[in-house]
Amino acid sequence: MTIQILMPALSPTMEEGTLAKWTIKKGDKVKSGDVIAEIETDKATMEVEAVDEGVVGEILVAEGAQGVKVNTPIAVLLEDGEDASALANGADHAPKAAAAPAPAAPKAPPAEPVAEEPEAPEVPAGAAMATQTVREALRDAMAEEMRRDPMVFVMGEEVAEYQGAYKITQGLLDEFGSKRVVDTPITEHGFAGVGVGAAFGGLKPIVEFMTFNFAMQAIDQIINSAAKTLYMSGGLMGCPIVFRGPNGAAARVAAQHSQDYAAWYAHIPGLKVCMPYSAADAKGLLKAAIRDPNPVIFLENEILYGRSFEVPQVEDWTVPIGKAKVARAGTDVTIVSFGIGMTYALEAAAALARDGIEAEVIDLRSLRPMDTDAVVKSVKKTNRCVTVEEGWPVCSIGSQISAVLMREAFDWLDAPVLTLAGKDVPMPYAANLEKLALVTTAEVIEAAKAVCYR
Amino acid sequence: MATPRKTAAKKAADGPSQDELLKAYGDMLLIRRFEEKAGQLYGMGLIGGFCHLYIGQEAVVVGLTAATVEGDQTTTSYRDHGHMLACGMDPKGVMAELTGRIGGYSKGKGGSMHMFSREKHFFGGHGIVGAQVPIGAGLGFANKYLENGKVSLVYFGDGAANQGQVYETFNMASLWKLPVIFVIENNKYAMGTSVERSSSTPAYYTRGEAFAIPGEAVDGMDYVAVKEAGLKALAHCREGHGPYILEMNTYRYRGHSMSDPAKYRTREEVSKMREEKDPIEHVRKMLLEMGAAEDDLKAVDKAVRERVNDAAAFAQESPEPDVAELWTDVYAPAPAA
Ligand SMILES: Cc1ncc(C[n+]2csc(CCOP(=O)(O)OP(=O)(O)O)c2C)c(N)n1
Ligand SMILES: [Mg+2]
Repeated sequence: MTIQILMPALSPTMEEGTLAKWTIKKGDKVKSGDVIAEIETDKATMEVEAVDEGVVGEILVAEGAQGVKVNTPIAVLLEDGEDASALANGADHAPKAAAAPAPAAPKAPPAEPVAEEPEAPEVPAGAAMATQTVREALRDAMAEEMRRDPMVFVMGEEVAEYQGAYKITQGLLDEFGSKRVVDTPITEHGFAGVGVGAAFGGLKPIVEFMTFNFAMQAIDQIINSAAKTLYMSGGLMGCPIVFRGPNGAAARVAAQHSQDYAAWYAHIPGLKVCMPYSAADAKGLLKAAIRDPNPVIFLENEILYGRSFEVPQVEDWTVPIGKAKVARAGTDVTIVSFGIGMTYALEAAAALARDGIEAEVIDLRSLRPMDTDAVVKSVKKTNRCVTVEEGWPVCSIGSQISAVLMREAFDWLDAPVLTLAGKDVPMPYAANLEKLALVTTAEVIEAAKAVCYR
Repeated sequence: MATPRKTAAKKAADGPSQDELLKAYGDMLLIRRFEEKAGQLYGMGLIGGFCHLYIGQEAVVVGLTAATVEGDQTTTSYRDHGHMLACGMDPKGVMAELTGRIGGYSKGKGGSMHMFSREKHFFGGHGIVGAQVPIGAGLGFANKYLENGKVSLVYFGDGAANQGQVYETFNMASLWKLPVIFVIENNKYAMGTSVERSSSTPAYYTRGEAFAIPGEAVDGMDYVAVKEAGLKALAHCREGHGPYILEMNTYRYRGHSMSDPAKYRTREEVSKMREEKDPIEHVRKMLLEMGAAEDDLKAVDKAVRERVNDAAAFAQESPEPDVAELWTDVYAPAPAA
């Protein structure tokens, strides 16, 4: 019986990849465990091992092919004793189609929203732009700051030799050496504390958490030591440190690995909190965070890492912490979001426009300090507000905005503020339930229409 | 104070019987084939997220479980499929959890890293590195409290062995003489970091010295050595002498999870381990030397393959959980009045 070798999924978020290299050719004998190909994903190049034994009957996808979708047949194996004639009827023996729909791939990245920049204050007129992924933008931000200031160093699990679990620190070890790019043991509470001590001692640490889920091991050092010491020392002992890493749900990694900590850290006086959406903001805010004399929590997102945006190519691009951005101008309803929530907000705004509702989308970018002035200003124009976030609904960023609007824009509101959030449950693993647990574009559209009484 | 030793426990004069070895062979092979199948289903997109395979380490959990008695508890990390199968959990329920279906042990809500079985005394399935260690000691605490004579075995990796909560747990476990065995599965790497690059003293079996916990390094690729060490440690715990540390020297053949480019070690290193130290081959050879018939082994292979194929079929046929399940199990219901 012929066996089809399918393009494998090599990571939780992989949908397609490049078939970089075949290490077998037609006629080769392979056994389980042999390397048969190298496949490039946006994160890494991985070797693919054979699962079955047999002789290579046909290579179906040529070396170098890009954008090969997961589960596409890439080669055919003949079992012992078969000859090539088996290939003719090989189609009958294709692996049984999966009985259930393939598990949800992470939501397809939306067509890149055309961000209207009505104010366009930050990017100087005529600045050259280059397309970059969020991943590259974050790496560049760290590299630029490390070149600029010898006190800046990076530490965390797998940041150096492995080049970063999510490849954000790729190349940093080569350029800056192991003194400044430090692999730690898996001891979050310990190395977060070491980072705080190093900051007290005059250094400017960037502490990477492999994901923010693991920062819960370290949260005592982050809050009791990093956030409060300046105050407790009467202003004497500052702690210039950045804690960064991916935050929120990735895809199908279940409850302990899928949590949004935006509201948690935004609660803490003494911390600053950033949660960028675009690559330009990721780069500019991270550079600002590294220079900031305070502890900054920098919340990234695994699904956004691979997305591309335009980044201004200006000398020393920074974005001020605490300033929101109007990502799309509109007059009928204000949609406030941040981080990956912007995906849904912008998709919804585009859909609403087709129905004649012009939504103004505000990207908070920073959660502490939070630019509520920008939100109030917008709501005074639109008289309606919907907030969108991935975290849980109770004591959320949306509840905070809602409270501020009640206080500062009460007389301008024509409808209650609707706060959209993840469902109030731990993240389920099953593909269908995971989709339901997350906030969706459809929910944003529905809420925006509701506050417009449409 | 007990001194840690670095020798494998001496082989008892009368070694294991052929029947026992045949069972061990089948138990290890079930894990191996199950994991291979899981890898395949992952590649087909039927399993999502993280999926950490146990291939290469089978002798550790099979050897230790063979030394336990009914009621002893097992707790481990996210690399948990092998432990569940060794505890006697149904491959169908495990595989269906991997595919996120209602027939899975957690109704599809936990996935690869989060499964449990009270019936089989399996307490997870934990995703946070090191977090299972105090939990395992807590099960030991309950055993002592309940005076039930059971021992809790908690498994963790060489990487996890550097987490602070491990040492907090060592102190309490020794202070309160808890019946718990700390099984350090030293497979040489924590993701891409070798023990030499993560640990100031990589002799993990000595890490209990400061807490007066005896420790022993064991060849974790050898079922017989593992089981003997387990029997000794279990006796120590059951007699009320408190915790015990077993460092199992083992090796994982596959990447850390499915998305590991594995650039931190050579293919030669992996092949050498596979060829020279494979735990299943080892038992197979012993069996043949004892005069077991090839056909008996073949029959085991066949039965194992069938169970795994059945599990894979079940895992694809079982439906996704009903959408109402999204909202269930957040709180336990109030006990009936
Ligand atoms: C607290 C915490 N930090 C980091 C991680 C990410 N992570 C998952 S497994 C792993 C390596 C653990 O290695 P080891 O303890 O040796 O166990 P092995 O995977 O080898 O079985 C890391 C860093 C995590 N899950 N939890
Ligand atoms: Mg390990």
